[in-house]
Amino acid sequence: MDAQLLEGGFTNAPVDAAHAFRAAMNAMARPGRIEAIKGGQGPTPMSAAAATLILTLCDPETPLHLAGPLDNEAVRAWVTFHTGAPLVGAGEAVFALGHWDDLMPIDRFAIGTSEYPDRSATLIVECDDLRAEGTQLRGPGIKDVAALNLPDPDVFRANHALFPLGRDFFFTSGSDLAALPRSTEVI
Amino acid sequence: MSDYNFAYLDEQTKRMIRRAILKGLAVPGYQVPFASREMPMPYGWGTGGVQVSAATLTPEDTFKVIDQGADDTTNAVSIRKFFEKTAQVAVTEKTSEATVIQTRHRIPEEPLREGQILVYQVPIPEPLRFLEPSEVETRKMHALEEYGLMHVKLYEDISRHGHIATAYAYPVKVEARYVMDPSPIPKFDNPKMEMAGIQLFGAGREQRIYALPPYTQVVSLDFEDHPFDPSKAEHPCDMCGAEDSYLDEVIIDDAGGRMFVCSDTDYCATRQAAGHRGRLSAEAAE
Repeated sequence: MDAQLLEGGFTNAPVDAAHAFRAAMNAMARPGRIEAIKGGQGPTPMSAAAATLILTLCDPETPLHLAGPLDNEAVRAWVTFHTGAPLVGAGEAVFALGHWDDLMPIDRFAIGTSEYPDRSATLIVECDDLRAEGTQLRGPGIKDVAALNLPDPDVFRANHALFPLGRDFFFTSGSDLAALPRSTEVI
Repeated sequence: MSDYNFAYLDEQTKRMIRRAILKGLAVPGYQVPFASREMPMPYGWGTGGVQVSAATLTPEDTFKVIDQGADDTTNAVSIRKFFEKTAQVAVTEKTSEATVIQTRHRIPEEPLREGQILVYQVPIPEPLRFLEPSEVETRKMHALEEYGLMHVKLYEDISRHGHIATAYAYPVKVEARYVMDPSPIPKFDNPKMEMAGIQLFGAGREQRIYALPPYTQVVSLDFEDHPFDPSKAEHPCDMCGAEDSYLDEVIIDDAGGRMFVCSDTDYCATRQAAGHRGRLSAEAAE
C-alpha cells in the first residue's frame, strides 16, 4: 500500500473541519468573496482548498465524481481512504471535482427537482487563480455588486435561469476558495 | 474517557448538517430536509438551533444566546452552558461582542454586522402548515409558487378584524420566490431580516434547515391598501427610555399597574449604562 494516501487528512478533525466549514459557508453566503481554507492536502493535481473541502463535506453518503486528470489512481485512493465517498459518474454525483473543461458539459449534473431543489450537484472547480475581477455578480449575499473571474459566464447565466433549480459551485486554487450558488445573477 | 467531541455532535452528523446549510444558503428561503438528531434536551427547547450552532461553531467564536430577547432566562442559560462545556467557546451577553448568536423569538435591537451569524430556533418551519396540514401538498405549493392560500388568510384577517392580525411569525417572501416563516419573532423584527449577517434557521422536531445570506431581499406579505406595519407598543421603555425598541408589558401590582420594558436585555442594560433613564428606573423612583 502506498503510504502517501494516508497523509493529508485533518490533524484535529473536529476543529479543522469547523474552520474549513466556516470558510465554505462564508464563501457560499457571499458569492464572489475569496476566502482562505486550509487543513487538508491531497495528491497532485488536487489543490489544498479542494482537498480540505472534500474532507469537510464528503462521506459515504455523498457520491463524488472525479473528472479529467483528477480522476487518477492516487486521488481515488486518497478520497476513498479519507472520506469513504463512493466514486460515481456525473449523473449520480452529489459532489464533483475537476477543472472546468473536464466538468463540461454541465447538463450531466443534477439540478434537483422542483419539490426538492436541494437534490442538486455541487461542483468543485479547480482554477489556475481566483481574482475578484471580471464577471459582475448580483444577488443574495452581495450588497451591491461583486466580481469574480468565472471560467464561462454564459454557463452560469443559464444555470441561474433555472433557479430555484440548478447546480452550486465552489472554485478552488491553492488555498483560495470562492463560491457561486445558483441564486447569483451573472451580469 | 468522559470528553465530548467538539460541539457535542459526531463529525458525520455535522457534515450532514453543514451540507444542508450550504444548500439552504444557495436557495434562500427553501426548507432543506435534514436528519435531525436526538439532543440532550426536549423538542421545543431549541434542538434545531442547537444542531445548527453545533455544526457552525469554531473554538474562536464568542457565543450569545437569547430567549425572547433575554440572556438570563432558563433556555438561554442552559444552551449557553451546553456549548461552554462541549465546545469550550467564549460566551457573552453583548450583541456587539458575539460572533454566533442563537435566538428564540427575537432579533437583537443592535444591527448585526458582517461576520456575525444569527441562528434561529424554529418550532414550525412551514408557513403554510396551519392552512394545509399535508406535507405533500405544501411541498407542491412551494414548488408551484402557489401562495394564494396565504393571501386569503391575510385577507380574512382584514375582513374580520379590519387589519392583518398576525403579530408574530409574520410570513415573508424571500427574493420574490419562497414564502418563509421567520420563526415566531414579532413582526416588529421583520424589517431587520435584511441584514449584513448570515441567518440560519433550524427546526429540530420538523427536521428542516433554511437560511438567508446577507443582504437577501425579505419582504413581509401585505396588500397595497393594507401595507405591512411593524407595530410596537406606544410607549418608551420604562427602564432606559428607548423609543425604538420592542417592549414587553409587565404587570407590576394588583391594581392594574404595568410597565413597559425592552425585551432585549443587553440593549436596555447598555443604554442604562450609558446614562439613559426611563419612567421607572431606580433614580427616577427616588
